[in-house]
Amino acid sequence: MKIVNLIGLSSAFCLSAMIAQAQETNEVEHLKKQLQQQQQQIDTLIRKVEELAKSQSVSPSSVPKTDDQKRLEEQLARELGATNSPPASPGAEPSKPWSVSQPITIGRAGSAYMNISFDALMDAGWSTAADPSAQLQLGDHDPQKRGFSLRNAEVALDGAVDPYFKGFANIVLKLDNDNATEIELEEAFLQSTSLPANLQLKAGQFFAAFGRNNLQHPHAWALVDAPIISTRLFGPDGFRNVGAQLSWLAPTPFYTEAFLGIFDGEGGTTHSFRNPGEDDGTGVNRFAGRATLNRNLRGPQDLVFTPRLASSFEIADSQTLVAGLSGAFGPNDTGPHSRTEIYGADVYWKWKPANAKAGFPFVSWQTETMYRRFGASADSLASTPLPSENIKDWGIYSQLLWGFKPRWITGLRGDYASGNSARFDASDPFRGERWRISPVLTFYPSEFSKLRLQYNYDHGQFIGSEHSVWLQLEFMLGAHAAHKF
Amino acid sequence: MPHTNSESKLLSFEKGKLKMKTLLQSWFSLLGVLLIVDAHAKLNVVATTWDFGAIAQEIGGARIELLTLAKSTEDPHFVDAKPSFIVKLNHADALVEGGSELEVGWLPPLLEGARNSKLDAGKPGHIYGSEGISLLEIPATLDRSKGDIHAAGNPHFMPDPLNGKIVAAHIAASLCQLDPKSCDYFKANLKAFDERLDAKMAEWQKLLAPYKGKEVVGYHNYWVYFAKRFDLKMDLYLEPKPGIPPTPSHLAEVITKMKSENIKVIVVQPYQNRKTAETVASHTGGVVVDFPSFPGGSKETQSYIEWMNFLVNALRKGFEQKK
Repeated sequence: MKIVNLIGLSSAFCLSAMIAQAQETNEVEHLKKQLQQQQQQIDTLIRKVEELAKSQSVSPSSVPKTDDQKRLEEQLARELGATNSPPASPGAEPSKPWSVSQPITIGRAGSAYMNISFDALMDAGWSTAADPSAQLQLGDHDPQKRGFSLRNAEVALDGAVDPYFKGFANIVLKLDNDNATEIELEEAFLQSTSLPANLQLKAGQFFAAFGRNNLQHPHAWALVDAPIISTRLFGPDGFRNVGAQLSWLAPTPFYTEAFLGIFDGEGGTTHSFRNPGEDDGTGVNRFAGRATLNRNLRGPQDLVFTPRLASSFEIADSQTLVAGLSGAFGPNDTGPHSRTEIYGADVYWKWKPANAKAGFPFVSWQTETMYRRFGASADSLASTPLPSENIKDWGIYSQLLWGFKPRWITGLRGDYASGNSARFDASDPFRGERWRISPVLTFYPSEFSKLRLQYNYDHGQFIGSEHSVWLQLEFMLGAHAAHKF
Repeated sequence: MPHTNSESKLLSFEKGKLKMKTLLQSWFSLLGVLLIVDAHAKLNVVATTWDFGAIAQEIGGARIELLTLAKSTEDPHFVDAKPSFIVKLNHADALVEGGSELEVGWLPPLLEGARNSKLDAGKPGHIYGSEGISLLEIPATLDRSKGDIHAAGNPHFMPDPLNGKIVAAHIAASLCQLDPKSCDYFKANLKAFDERLDAKMAEWQKLLAPYKGKEVVGYHNYWVYFAKRFDLKMDLYLEPKPGIPPTPSHLAEVITKMKSENIKVIVVQPYQNRKTAETVASHTGGVVVDFPSFPGGSKETQSYIEWMNFLVNALRKGFEQKK
């Protein structure tokens, strides 16, 4: 049996060698192949020797090699004309003889067509506000109630679709405040891999390339909750929708990438655009106080367009800066011709010394500012008739992180948001002046788990002062997610 | 006066024409030079880490322009996926990477952003260092309770000179495909490199022969291929599990074992905590030996061979000191 195997293998090698010879005129390539073949042949032979040794021995693991075996190995190596001695034990995967007791691994890297991972964020905390979800914690994946909650458990899938596309999906499960399970298709998109002229196409449901925070999934955030201004302009879920995006890597010596996204723009995940808003209790959907038209698409002018330009500079050997400008333009549902414009600027700076251990120490600083002009149509039938007016909101957040020793990060975020006093709800707690200070401490037992403690001091024109403390625990299973900068 | 005026005008016009002509001429000749330069343009080669970079430089010599992404003193598992790397990869004709999950935490998004089809998997421009190398320590089960394990096997295979030769052969083969005109040059470089390495290898083996079977303590499980090649024993680490920082209880175990088995040498890499190693050394009468993870970190470790030479001699000195 073993001899048959040997003959089979060696004839296979001979055959492949012949094919290789026929195909490769290149001498180095040929030499390389020969080297590999020799290595493989030696490996196979050693495997045989080891199998023989194992079958003769009672304890199969870590049998010290006898001088005879070593001599045999050396002799075999010489006979095969190897110039270098092979590694003493077979290492490559197929060289391990399979046994019944050996567990079968599923999803080993490179053996499955997609990477699968699961990530859960669990929160525990307390706030002086009885219902933090009402006015304080406006992000959908923020801790939203006193005690325990679980607002984000996501299944992430990704892989190469074919030689032309890569596919990604994020399916989020969460427990609402009654601990009932909700599900959302957060993202499902494909991305081109082989467009010419430095272009790349993304299509499906995905987060719009607006600023930095919007593109990150909650587990990648530096704090447990979303910045105030993001929740005001993009709503609880962030700005994501069905559409397509073309991006172009500019041929500049430093990194510059231009993006243009086009989105359907309908619904709550494009909060400031064709969002019908909420039922006012009388069966009328309202947004910004106005009854909304749930209108259909009339043409390309009714889509949402999101241009973005980002650049990056190495300002020193250990310092990197990324800066970007973003915009979002589209119609809103308060009238047939009413439109919304959002502008944003973002900057990210990071210092990491050349001899960092596991990515530590580091200091990073991230700041984003956003401004929205919401052109609201008149609604004369509202309980207090509302004129046609521009509702303007803006805000900023700035966060400084310090990874002071391996696995430990401390940080501080400041948030500020404010809106002009339009006729609509001049005293709206979601538009009034508000600020927040959030010190945070994160400990990573490993790359796959984290423990985070955050304190929020909230102060708002219409909400007063509130204190909250949140503890967050994360775990991750499955494929190692690569970190984007 | 008007006569002179028009004359001077005419002159200046002529001058202008002349200027135009010379400008055009120089423009075309410049274009020609550029085209010629382009015909002999150097291949842009990007290496993920300095060990691959050093070997690519040996083979590519003056015919390549080399860029290395990770710093030589940096922990190669945790490199930031900086946007500037996207630009470097976008311009690259070839990429040399380990291909055994070492760069899995930062290389994939860079390649995604780079949109460079020359670097697609399977193209000659994408060189996997681990191809044809028998990786050690392939886990039988994938279980992260054992620490940050690598499913494909231990990816730190470059401190074995024979693996260095295999990688050099890969690089030469790929460069030949990318620039067939320079193939003889690459082949000559490969041959020279192999010969120098073989000669050095004999010397290194002689130097370390007296310490055959000796145990060396590491900080991270990084030097297993080096140990195997030079018949040293290396299964004691300051980290309790790969990627998990040293704990006092684990260090106590290490110290006990070092004492009972008379183990004296601890090797530490630039980004690791030397203090921890020194503490252990002071408890055991041992010695801490600096082991740069990659070439390129200092003057005496610029090339791959210099780096290996440094490692062997540093270790030998460590052994000597504690004889």
